[in-house]
Amino acid sequence: MSVVVVEDLALRFGERTLFDGLDFELERGELLAVLGPNGTGKTSLIRILLGLLEPSAGRVMVEGCPPRERCHRIGYVPQQRVFDRDLVLRGRDLVRFGLDGHRWGFGRFGAEDRSRVDAVLAEVGATPYADAPVGRLSGGEQQRLRVAQALVADPVLILADEPLLSLDLAHQRGVVELLDARRESAGTPVVFVTHDVNPVLHSVDRVLYLAPGSWAIGKPEEVLTSDTLSRLYGTDVDVLRVRGRIVVVGTPDDQHVHHVENGH
Amino acid sequence: MFGQLLAQHFVHTALWAGAVVAIVSGAIGVFVVARGMSFAVHAISELGFTGAAGALVIGVDPVLGMLGGSLLVGLVLGLLSLRGRERDSAIGAVLAFGLGIGVLFLSLYQGYATEATNLLFGSIVGVSGAQLRDLVIVGAVVLAGLAALYRPLYFSSVDPEIAAARGVPLRALSVAIFLLLALTTAEAIQVVGVLLVLALVITPAAAAQRLTGRPTLALLLSIAIALVSTEGGILLSLAKAWPPSFFITTISFSTYVAARLVDWSRSRQSRLISSPPRRMWAVR
Repeated sequence: MSVVVVEDLALRFGERTLFDGLDFELERGELLAVLGPNGTGKTSLIRILLGLLEPSAGRVMVEGCPPRERCHRIGYVPQQRVFDRDLVLRGRDLVRFGLDGHRWGFGRFGAEDRSRVDAVLAEVGATPYADAPVGRLSGGEQQRLRVAQALVADPVLILADEPLLSLDLAHQRGVVELLDARRESAGTPVVFVTHDVNPVLHSVDRVLYLAPGSWAIGKPEEVLTSDTLSRLYGTDVDVLRVRGRIVVVGTPDDQHVHHVENGH
Repeated sequence: MFGQLLAQHFVHTALWAGAVVAIVSGAIGVFVVARGMSFAVHAISELGFTGAAGALVIGVDPVLGMLGGSLLVGLVLGLLSLRGRERDSAIGAVLAFGLGIGVLFLSLYQGYATEATNLLFGSIVGVSGAQLRDLVIVGAVVLAGLAALYRPLYFSSVDPEIAAARGVPLRALSVAIFLLLALTTAEAIQVVGVLLVLALVITPAAAAQRLTGRPTLALLLSIAIALVSTEGGILLSLAKAWPPSFFITTISFSTYVAARLVDWSRSRQSRLISSPPRRMWAVR
């Protein structure tokens, strides 16, 4: 059975249609990269999958249950937003939120929970700075802790919204490896929103490309082609493969120019 | 003379009242600082003043007017649940308008000017037994509320997006924390006055967050600093016959400065031994 089922999904804000008739399923262990220029509904799709946004039409099921009913844990790794330097919160507190942050009261934190948090901290390699205030850690370290927070409650699905933004290459690779490890060990599928597919290219099973007014889904080598993207954009778009990297040239807003810049 | 004063009943009442207010203010301060609500505290207390002034005009207990004023503005700000710059300007606009009304009320009020001065600068030694009982009841409500909301409140203060994704009701929590803050402010006004509420609600928590990254320890430190400031301030004012509010603000501000110095020297040290600051924190 598919973990995620999306049927005939549409999202409209007033006159503007972000996407329409969106259909796909997500199997265990799969990584789906959601690509496309700004304003095509990539983040909105994540919010629908989280149950925070109602689609205009169609339906979404996660393990047979609508996301807003929260029958299942969904791990969420948002865009890296820097924590306030003086924030009173240690790495392990941040991770613990993923376990019981939504529950009322102070909460008793039993030995079982503690060892679960410790295990996840070790899994993402955050043990050395688990007791430091999060605001004084680097962006890469903070993002590792966010991945740990998403993993700690044993999610059935992981949603990551631009999780690599403003990370250096080593930390980008680190975060992708953590997600890959989870897919391998627990079969948790990942939806990965990104403007640059290259850092995850070798991990991607399928690509959902959201262009203004149209979309395409399939294997990277099927979707990321000059033909498909030219059809989506309705104009001549070139997809180049340069030293194992994908560079898209000629989209109307030239969103993808920085693919080239990011390569260095 | 100091010894004789200490034996007085009103001094005991004042010390108990101060303790209650300090515990509640120190506790809620941690959340206020984490959510960046300092300016809202100021607005709520000023509008508490407007409410109290209004109550004086119509001959009602000013404490009730104060509660009404601060709860009303707390409810409005909580419902708006604004963030960042938008919140700042909205609070500024509401605050100025409310104070304008307060000025009118004061000019209409024909009674003693001391009533107004007490509101602005506090009158801890004037607290009666009945008032102390009310302080304890309201304080217990605030502490119970904070304890019940602790985890989702902290979660949503730190990471509203993720908390919402986990089903934490952000708006309801925002209203709740503003109402609890309004109750706390109305309490603190009676001790330090409208203009100095920040000394008990913000300063201790701001000092505590410089000293530790552990949420529960910060909570305890904040309460301790507020307690020492309040009780120390009341005792010093007995010895020296200067206003308690002066001593309370001075002690809490000194703690804040000291905490910043400790923090500064700690991060300097860790730079000097050329390891990242986190090492210092990790081994503690």
